[in-house]
Amino acid sequence: MFGKLTLDAIPFHEPIIMVTVAIIAIVGAGVVGWITLNKKWGYLWREWITSIDHKRLGIMYFLVALVMLIRGFADAIMMRTQQAMAAGGAEGYLPPEHYDQIFTAHGVIMIFFVAMPMVIGLMNLLVPLQIGARDVAFPFMNNLSFWLFAAGVVLVNVSLFVGEFAKTGWLAYAPLSGAKYSPGVGVDYWIWALQISGIGTTLTGINFFVTIMKMRTKGMTLFRMPIFTWTCLVTNVLIIAAFPILTATIALLTLDRYLDFHFFTNDMGGNLMMYINLIWAWGHPEVYILILPAFGVFSEVISTFSKKPLFGYNTMVWATMAIGVLSFIVWLHHFFTMGAGANVNAFFGIMTMIIAIPTGVKIFNWLFTMYRGRIEFASPVLWTLGFIITFTLGGMTGVMLAVPGADFVLHNSLFVIAHFHNVIIGGVVFGMMAGYSFYFPKAFGFKLNEKWGKRSFWFWLVGFYVAFMPLYILSFDGAVRRMQSYANTDWQPLMIVAWFGAVLILCGILCTAIQLYVSIRDRKQNQDITGDAWNGRTLEWAVASPPPYYNFSHLPEIHSIDNYWADKQKTQGKAQLEDPESVEYNDIHMPHNTNAGPIMGLFSIVFGFALVWHIWWMVGVGAIGMFAAFMARIFSENTDYHIPAEEVKRMETEHYNRVKMQA
Amino acid sequence: MREKSYLRALGAVLLAALPLLLSGCSSALMDPKGQVGEEQRVLIITAFVLMLIVVIPVIVMTLLFAYRYRESNKDATYKPNWAHSTAIEVVVWFIPCVIIAVLAVLTWITSHSLDPFKPLETDSDKPPVVIQAVSLDWKWVFIYPEQNIATVNEITFPANRPVEFQITSGTVMNAFWIPTLGSQIYAMAGMDSRLNLIADEQGTFEGRSSNYSGAGFSEMTFKAHAVSEEDYQNWITKVKASDKTLSYKGNYQELAEPSEENPVQYFSSVSPNLYNNILDGFRKGVEDKGEHGEVSNSEHGERVSAEAVE
Repeated sequence: MFGKLTLDAIPFHEPIIMVTVAIIAIVGAGVVGWITLNKKWGYLWREWITSIDHKRLGIMYFLVALVMLIRGFADAIMMRTQQAMAAGGAEGYLPPEHYDQIFTAHGVIMIFFVAMPMVIGLMNLLVPLQIGARDVAFPFMNNLSFWLFAAGVVLVNVSLFVGEFAKTGWLAYAPLSGAKYSPGVGVDYWIWALQISGIGTTLTGINFFVTIMKMRTKGMTLFRMPIFTWTCLVTNVLIIAAFPILTATIALLTLDRYLDFHFFTNDMGGNLMMYINLIWAWGHPEVYILILPAFGVFSEVISTFSKKPLFGYNTMVWATMAIGVLSFIVWLHHFFTMGAGANVNAFFGIMTMIIAIPTGVKIFNWLFTMYRGRIEFASPVLWTLGFIITFTLGGMTGVMLAVPGADFVLHNSLFVIAHFHNVIIGGVVFGMMAGYSFYFPKAFGFKLNEKWGKRSFWFWLVGFYVAFMPLYILSFDGAVRRMQSYANTDWQPLMIVAWFGAVLILCGILCTAIQLYVSIRDRKQNQDITGDAWNGRTLEWAVASPPPYYNFSHLPEIHSIDNYWADKQKTQGKAQLEDPESVEYNDIHMPHNTNAGPIMGLFSIVFGFALVWHIWWMVGVGAIGMFAAFMARIFSENTDYHIPAEEVKRMETEHYNRVKMQA
Repeated sequence: MREKSYLRALGAVLLAALPLLLSGCSSALMDPKGQVGEEQRVLIITAFVLMLIVVIPVIVMTLLFAYRYRESNKDATYKPNWAHSTAIEVVVWFIPCVIIAVLAVLTWITSHSLDPFKPLETDSDKPPVVIQAVSLDWKWVFIYPEQNIATVNEITFPANRPVEFQITSGTVMNAFWIPTLGSQIYAMAGMDSRLNLIADEQGTFEGRSSNYSGAGFSEMTFKAHAVSEEDYQNWITKVKASDKTLSYKGNYQELAEPSEENPVQYFSSVSPNLYNNILDGFRKGVEDKGEHGEVSNSEHGERVSAEAVE
């Protein structure tokens, strides 16, 4: 009846897990209780869960990412604590069985369920606003993408207290992830969480590619697009090209595990090298999928706060495209030690280094954007400066790893760990934090508290260096990644220093939480009435904050890159709102909210969970449920409506009056 | 005053951290004991210094520009519309290109000179010692085909004489690594890999699997002893004196069962072709198309003839 699922699957004997589950249950019950008490379920369902509004979806992506950041960070500090303890015969407090799940979960969560949704969330919030569109090309699909992603999040978290998670490392290298060496359900949770959310990501890629190509407003040629939109365009091309590889690779692994195929097994002609090649053919573009939009955020921030156009816009665009293309021909640098010939290794090593050229150019462009500017040190700028220095160091260690001869002794060591945290924390996390503080007023209509934002930045920056510089040093003594314990007690002092760094980062995360609380409390004082919180340069700042759900009452026309800034210069640097009384408004054609997305997401959880536990009837329920909801949506004729011109006028007048009153 | 006390505290912290930072200098990679590791040390330092040529100016410029063009500094030039300079763009493309070009040449040369499969060029007139390394869950089995002995989690070889490791796996993927001597190479089931190393002085070095392979991975370590020729012979005699032997059809299968924290074991003799048997064990159902070229074919031929003799 329930396949492999029995009560034994719940780890009652693991106090750490049970306490975690209890905390989640209490917090969850609190949230549910609060919503019920305030009778907010209807509001949540109508305005958020079924919403096809790209801005709301963007906010939901980012919110889930912040919650999952806590989960992923809890894993991180547990690992650091274990390694600070388990030296010279000491076993620490986590047995390998548990420790191995934690480092796997940490990697999977941080990449798929923190970094990706932050990037996709910002993209959702901003791209349509930046290109002067009213929504994305496929609004229903956008909602569906979010709920498929959320289904992946749910499955990963369910694995915490029903069964186990994978003990294979975040990329589940075969044959360790095959049925023979990982007979439990851990890898199956990994498979279905990634498969379902990965399909959501692919749909997002298609959606935003089409949106950017087809829905730009009048006058916005490709080379007038804001740089963030440019980076998103390249990122979405990478998603479309790379994510199907992940889907196919996981599907092959699924066949191996469920139907005794032999794609990646040790025997019967299986080939683990094929798995490693395929997973990195997706995996390497993936890191650029994450970093390019972060580059975009930094470009917007540095130009806005230096009060100058971005230096070398064209160069920046071409560098972004070059990185996008090159990202597909470097994957082999993740396994120089596999034993490919010297020519092959040298080719991939040199290709990897060539990526450093456009990346270096980008860094110089940001520097020369600051040059002869008037830099205001708001917290987004601090994150950007921290990024430039940290990322440059990370790039340096990356080039060192790209030399195959050096990689032969650096591979698999803590050097690799330190390097990719150097670029992912220094690049993606700092970028997303810059984006969070920069675009928060656009999404909510008030600014975040600067004092707590700056505290968060300094804790993160110092914490990063304290946590990861020791790992570079340890790697020179042969310390490898993924050790549950180690014999060499000389390593322990630096491991303790690294643990302290993680504690500093924890303080940074706490500062962000306090910042959010303080900012909401003081929202009246920090209101952003005009919609132009930072004296911005591009279209998204021309609308109210938060923007009306139709974004633009009239689709704007663009004449230059920093069009909004240029317009303001014509009127002494102040934006001029037209009096709504003198404007003629038209009905606006908009898509309806949809319940098909969340329902399909719900059934995909049922589907994935049932496949994990081999509950075949339930697999059918999940599949039929998804299909039925999809069909209902396809044959529905009630998918769009018109906002009457009077309603548009009413909302525009409201905004106009508020701005007038403040002035 | 306040700032000064901050600085003093910072100085104290840095001073306290100094021994930790310096511990990197006497480490396995920065104080290697073999010619391969030495070449890699020089390579790492060279790449590091070359990169510093661009990294240091970037950091200095970041801090300098941020300070100089701060909003409150009204003396600094402000050019609100300046966003292009062909001269600067040429320079910022040119400098990284030059550095990467130099690094590319270095990469090409060292990828070939450090190719783990390539026999080492050394002063030693003796042929290399051949050691076959097989990763199991979670231990290393080492076979000395010429001496017909085997060990678990320990190897001994003469210093100043090249060692050719033939590496495979009897389980999931691992990586064979002795950090103090240099390169690592993956151990993969059904794959016959090579790693050529040498110890330039005597000593005992830590070796381990560097690629995560499951529950017992952390303790999948071994000792590598580089000794004099005489001690090497004595060690072989000692192993030969063991009352245990190792055969593919017999106790190898038990040895291959998962076990953690394995003690050192010696086997005075091994069944013929043990290493090839382990390789072939994963080639069931696969036609040997000789995709490895001549070497594999001749090896295969040898294997067939050896089996015929059996």
